[in-house]
This record gives sequence, structure tokens and C-alpha cells, in this order.
Amino acid sequence: MAETLLSVRNLVVEFPTRRGTLRAIDDVSFDIRRGEVLGVVGESGAGKSITGAAIIGLIEPPGRITGGEIHLAGARIDNLSPERMRRIRGKRIGMVFQDPLTSLNPLYTIADQLIETIRTHIDLSEKAARARAIGLLDQVGIPAAARRIDDYPHHFSGGMRQRVVIALALAAEPDLVIADEPTTALDVSVQAQIIDVLKDICADRGAAVMLITHDMGVIAETADRVAVLYAGRLAEIGPVGDVIKAAEHPYTVGLMGSIPTITHEAPRLTQIPGSMPRLTSIPPGCAFNPRCEKVFARCRAERPVPLRRPGNREVACWLFAEEGADERPGVQAHG
Amino acid sequence: MSVPGCRPMAEALLSIRNLSCVFDVSKPWLNRVIERDERRFLTAVASVTFDIRRGETFALVGESGSGKSTIAKMIVGLQPPSGGEIIFDGTPMRGQGGDMRRLRRRFQMIFQDPFASLNPRWRVGDIIAEPIRTFGLLRGSAVEREVERLLDVVGLSGRDREKFPHEFSGGQRQRIAIARALSSRPEFIVCDEPTSALDVSVQAQILNLMRDLQDEFGLTYLFISHDLSVVRHMANRIGVLYLGRLVEVAEGKTLFRDPSHPYTRMLLDAVPDLEMAGRRRRRVEGEIPNPIDPPSGCHFHPRCPLVEPRCRNEAPPEFPRGDGMAACFAVDRAATKEAAPT
Ligand SMILES: Nc1ncnc2c1ncn2[C@@H]1O[C@H](COP(=O)(O)OP(=O)(O)OP(=O)(O)O)[C@@H](O)[C@H]1O
Ligand SMILES: Nc1ncnc2c1ncn2[C@@H]1O[C@H](COP(=O)(O)OP(=O)(O)O)[C@@H](O)[C@H]1O
Ligand code: SF4
Ligand code: SF4
Ligand SMILES: [Mg+2]
Ligand SMILES: [Mg+2]
Repeated sequence: MAETLLSVRNLVVEFPTRRGTLRAIDDVSFDIRRGEVLGVVGESGAGKSITGAAIIGLIEPPGRITGGEIHLAGARIDNLSPERMRRIRGKRIGMVFQDPLTSLNPLYTIADQLIETIRTHIDLSEKAARARAIGLLDQVGIPAAARRIDDYPHHFSGGMRQRVVIALALAAEPDLVIADEPTTALDVSVQAQIIDVLKDICADRGAAVMLITHDMGVIAETADRVAVLYAGRLAEIGPVGDVIKAAEHPYTVGLMGSIPTITHEAPRLTQIPGSMPRLTSIPPGCAFNPRCEKVFARCRAERPVPLRRPGNREVACWLFAEEGADERPGVQAHG
Repeated sequence: MSVPGCRPMAEALLSIRNLSCVFDVSKPWLNRVIERDERRFLTAVASVTFDIRRGETFALVGESGSGKSTIAKMIVGLQPPSGGEIIFDGTPMRGQGGDMRRLRRRFQMIFQDPFASLNPRWRVGDIIAEPIRTFGLLRGSAVEREVERLLDVVGLSGRDREKFPHEFSGGQRQRIAIARALSSRPEFIVCDEPTSALDVSVQAQILNLMRDLQDEFGLTYLFISHDLSVVRHMANRIGVLYLGRLVEVAEGKTLFRDPSHPYTRMLLDAVPDLEMAGRRRRRVEGEIPNPIDPPSGCHFHPRCPLVEPRCRNEAPPEFPRGDGMAACFAVDRAATKEAAPT
């Protein structure tokens, strides 16, 4: 098994508001190994983007990390000065966001932007940096890169811009790329191409990718492992095939059943009643308990901790606690 | 009945005949003169023809800019066509007269964005009652009772009448939009990306609701989406659009099992799907060209693996395939070979 690259331990992120403190991320822990794609899924507002922002030190004040630790290759990074964090961003952690236009400056050519980013992080001559930039564009699949590099962003289509953003994120050979909804704004046929590029990054360079998306299809095709967030908490984490085909947490089970697929027809989609609670009204105990068909007394009183499961999985649900199993005999893992 | 599949040839409730929409996207006159630019036109919808049968769900799929929303807007009268005909239950739709108003009551529309489509200053009760009042269907306290019934039908509570749209989540707002669409007792509903702005678990609630309502009220849907898995779940028959042209029409089952048109095949290969874990897809070639200046002949020819010389010059006509059609020379050739092997 490859070594751990990123380790997030008991992360808590809070936003002070006039009406009190909102806890957007509540005690979330996970690891990403070198060369691995970790998918992070969850519904709108579950805390996916905030988790990514916390890792790269870009939580918008007054929001801040109020608990836990983040380690990159063994060194703690959540308590660094803004100056040192800025050097880690770009150099060791690359970023790709949903809207490629916000990551590109419309006034500069693709070459200007790539060469500047490369030279900020790596000591190269202008000429060497340009050659490297062309190589990067080539790698992310821009045809005739040597000719197109002097174009401006608006000369490129949405899919090509997103490729440029990926090239920018890769400019300094980072260990980790955080991609937040990188394909959501793109059409399916283009989306498929971007997914291929992301997969190749891992395979060819041994970089790890944290892929944030609400699209389970994208996760199924791209990720090695997947973390499911619900109301700022980690519900389940494990190998992607297991979580999709044999989810254990009742929320994940419902979520998977609610997704239509092109390979077969379901007469009816699974329906989870209600919707995810707002941060201001998360119920006590298990955050999912008002919507859970397996809820029992303990779920309303005590918050479930992530429990280790066979096959390198973790599930935060009392159904899988030893005592819970005693209280409720006959409950099976895949029930 | 709501399970997609075979059904006997039923009569067409809505017929679209050679429907076109061309937008003038020229720069302002002065710029054109200074920059020596010509007038520019964008053909958003190019002579599209299809029928929607009573009681079925007909889906239109295509990537962004393929003309889906423009077709929807022309059907509900929000966008005048540049050419062609829309025939509803045997009557061609033209103008704004009293007959048209009576006809329009019989169809409604649900939009993608449940946030933008509801008036934020109106109470939910008034939003839902508006079509009832406009068409003078009920009066007095009967309106209120009807609103409560509709809220109940879409899974909300009668008490929600008094609230404003901002007090609801995205899924609940889409339920309100559906209640409003149902209030004029339509037979036909145009749904343009009705769940694209929603989370998957909420999408499942809305899709289930839409199928239940179809069963209960015998509704006919035109269902527009870019999401092929959603379309597979909802549609009896499917039309595939590419750059404003309809390239294939087929029964849902056939389309997913045995797609005819090379573009449909590429789309199906591209969809990320739950069942895809660990599998590797075929690579997708190229991107959608600029609709202002589409490729000559068959618009798909620069990306098509089966391209032949005439595809660059001639637009392929519609060749019948089973219950539907495919607009592709290669499909026609393959069919001819099958029919007469030499
Ligand atoms: N600046 C802020 N102030 C207060 N609350 C915030 C702020 N930014 C985010 N939040 C809250 O934190 C929670 C998590 O937000 P986040 O953006 O991480 O969600 P997400 O999972 O990325 O959702 P989406 O799928 O919509 O992008 C949400 O409830 C959100 O409203
Ligand atoms: N009012 C308009 N003026 C100019 N072009 C338009 C207008 N509305 C739509 N278009 C263009 O028509 C094409 C089809 O648009 P649309 O029907 O919205 O596509 P879809 O819904 O399939 O994404 C696109 O190229 C779009 O940019
Ligand atoms: S802890 Fe209880 S309420 Fe929460 S998911 Fe498990 S069974 Fe359901
Ligand atoms: S007509 Fe020619 S280019 Fe167009 S889809 Fe068919 S084979 Fe391909
Ligand atoms: Mg987000
Ligand atoms: Mg549209």
C-alpha cells in the first residue's frame, strides 16, 4: 500500500454569524495516499468545498479551522503562516475549480499565465519554462499546443479552458491536486475527456487527486476510494466499488438507489424522505436520524463515531457498533 | 402506464413539423460597418420534425446549445418560430386569439430553475392559483380548496399556501412549480431540465412524483434533459439533438441497447455511470463546434468515426429505423446492406 500523502484528522471548520457559530465541518478525518484519487461526494451544502478550502488554507474569514490537524507528507500545514501556505498552494497542492474562467486571467495569453506560474515555483529560464508549458498543454490534450499557447483564454472552448486550468494546477508538479467540481459546467462528451486527463495525472505522475463532485457517475469512473459527506460529517468512506455496489451507511444506501443509471431500468427510484438539514438545525445524535428508516433509540441520543469495517472501510452508523449489534440482533451489514 | 417500453401506435397529441428558429446574432450596425463584418445568424433549431403521442413521455436530449430549450419555448409560445408548424391535438398553433388561449390552457411548462421561475413576492397559494384565475376555471373558496388539494398532490402541506418561495428548499420549490403547472388541469407538460438544479436524492423524489402524476392524470410529457440516465428512466421515446438538428429518434429501450447514429453512440460511451466503476471507456473525440459557424454537410462529420466523402457536402436526410429514424448516411448504407446482401 502506498504511503499516506495527506492526512486530515478531526477537522472542524466554523463560521461565526450574528446568530451564533455555524459548524460547517464537524470532526472529519480521512487520508489520501500517493497516486490515489479520493472522491468526495455529498449533496449541496454537505461541506465538500469547505473541506477542500480548509486543506489549501482558503477558508473565507471569519470562517476558520477551529479543531483538528492537517498533515501533508508528514508535516503539519493547517497552522502555517499565510505566506508559507501560499507557497504550498500551487507548488505542492494544485487546484482546479468548477468554472475555468475564474481561474484564468482574460487579459493574459495562456503562455503568459503558464510561464509565470511555472517560474514562481521552479527555477527555470523563460525559454525552458515555455517549453515546459507546451509540454503540459500537450499532456492535458490541447492539440497543436505550440501554436495555441499564445492564444487568449476566450479563444478556447469551455473544455479546453478547463484543460488549461489543469495544466496550471500541474505546473509545479504538485503532490496533490484538489479538483472541486471540475466537470460540472461541461457537457458530457467534454466531461469524459477531462476525467481521462485527471486519471492520467495519477497514473503517469503518481500525484494524488481529491475529486470533489456531486456526480456519482464521475466518481464511479475516476475514484479509487470515496468519502460520503452528510451535513458536515463523514458518513462512510471506502473503496469506490464497495461503497457504490454495497453501501453500508443507510444514507449512502438511499443515495445510491436514488441515482438512475443508463445500464438498466429501475421501475422506481429509491426515495429518501425529506432533505439534508441546514447547519442551524442539525438534530442531536446522528445527523441523518430523522430521515433514516433504520433509526433506533441510540441514534437520537448519541452521535455515531466512524467504525472500522472489513475491507478498509469506515462507517459512522450505530448499526455497525458491537453493542448496537447486540441490541439489534439479526442486523446484517448489507441490510 | 409509466413504464417505458412498447406501446401500440397511439395518435399524436403534439406534432412538430419542420420547426426552425434562427436568431440574428449580428453585431450592432455601426460595429458591422467599422469592422466590415457581415450579418450573422445562428440556427438554433433547424427543421425539426417529431410527434408526441398521447400519454407518453417523449424526451429530447443533447448537449448544451443543441436547441432543446428553444424548442420548448416555441412549443409553449415564449419564442416565435422562424418556420414550421406546431400542431396540438389536430389544431395548428398560430397567433394569440381566443382559440389559442383555450388551447394553451391544455399545456403547461416546468423550468429548470425553481428559484427563478416562481415570483418571490407572491405567496405560494397565489402562485398556484394564478392559472386557475387566469383561465377562470374556479371561483371564490373553491380556488383555495383546489390549491390545498394540489399542494397535497405534490407532497406539500395545505398550510404552505401562506408561505413565500424563499422559505422552501430547491426540491420543494420544484414541487410548487409542478403544482402550479397542474392547476390549469393540462394534458401536456413541457419539462425543461426539471431536475438539473437539484441534488440526486431530491431529483429522485421529483422524478417519482412526475411519474405518479402521469399515471394518475394521464399526462403527456415532453421531457428535456442533458442527462441520459435521467432520460432513460423517464422516457418512452427519445429524440437526440446535435447543433439544432434532430439526428435520431428511437424508442428508449432501442436507443440504449442499439443506438443507430454515431453521435448517439458517442454520447452513450461518454456518460459517466454508476456501473462504470473500474471500467475504461472509449475516448471521445473533439468538441461541439461553434453553432454560428457549424461544419458543412453533416454537422457531426469532423468528429465522426464513420465519415465518408459526401458527409462533408450533404446534410443526411432522415432514414427510417424501426419505429424512429436516424439522419446518417452510414446508418442508411448499413441498413441497405442488411436488407439486400450481395
Ligand atoms: N462564508 C460562509 N459563511 C457561512 N456559512 C458558510 C460559508 N461558506 C459555506 N458555508 C456553509 O457551509 C456548508 C458547506 O458548504 P460547502 O460550500 O462546503 O458545500 P458543498 O458540499 O461544496 O456544496 P455544493 O455541492 O453546493 O458546492 C453549507 O451549509 C454552507 O452554507
Ligand atoms: N435569444 C437568443 N439569441 C441568440 N441566440 C440564442 C438565443 N437563445 C438561444 N440561442 C442560441 O441557440 C442555440 C440553442 O440554444 P438552447 O435552445 O438554449 O440550447 P439547449 O437548451 O439545448 O442548451 C445556442 O447556440 C444558443 O446560444
Ligand atoms: S446511526 Fe442510526 S439514524 Fe444514523 S444512519 Fe445509523 S441507523 Fe440511521
Ligand atoms: S452522415 Fe456521415 S458524418 Fe454524419 S454521422 Fe453519418 S457517417 Fe457520420
Ligand atoms: Mg461546493
Ligand atoms: Mg437549455
